[in-house]
Amino acid sequence: MNTASIIAALFIILFTVGGLFFFTTSTIGLLRFPDFFTRLHATGKGDTLAVLFSLIGIGIYEGLSLTGFKILLIAVFMFLAQPTATHAISKAGMRYGLQPWKKEDSRK
Amino acid sequence: MNTFFLVIGIGLCVLVFFVLYRVVFGPGVFNRIAAISAIGTKTLIIILIMGIIYNRIDMFVDISMVYALLNFIGTLAAAKYLEIGGEKL
Repeated sequence: MNTASIIAALFIILFTVGGLFFFTTSTIGLLRFPDFFTRLHATGKGDTLAVLFSLIGIGIYEGLSLTGFKILLIAVFMFLAQPTATHAISKAGMRYGLQPWKKEDSRK
Repeated sequence: MNTFFLVIGIGLCVLVFFVLYRVVFGPGVFNRIAAISAIGTKTLIIILIMGIIYNRIDMFVDISMVYALLNFIGTLAAAKYLEIGGEKL
């Protein structure tokens, strides 16, 4: 174990645990928030950041190779695709006629 | 390092079971689609971690890439179908 590999392991643990943390927060948001749009607010942003962190951690573990390049490609694709999918499903819900949650609904 | 990735993978599997509550009981079809998209995102990372544990990440990374594409296209197709006007679900 030389110094460089210890620093690399530190970054891997930092990024991957950060990814797991943001996955946990987005799951709690998906379970606890009151209506469809707020749930998308939790998963759309939380999952994007969590995927980015986890893929960076695994990419550092893999190092500079063709596989590492492919992992970087997945990260770039998810960073583009996840907000697009969230926007599409949220617009479909709006056109379908789902009502956003208001503060008065909680006092029933 | 393998044990560390195993722990992360088990944590993600537990999270998938929590999200499955929203798929089964979620009111309306839109909540179900959003939850399935979240499950697909977690599965992508689980596949990569399985590749690290089995020492075959060069094979599993291609599966993960295809999984990301199919998850995105499936969500978009469901959204477009419901937007154009499926039956009232």
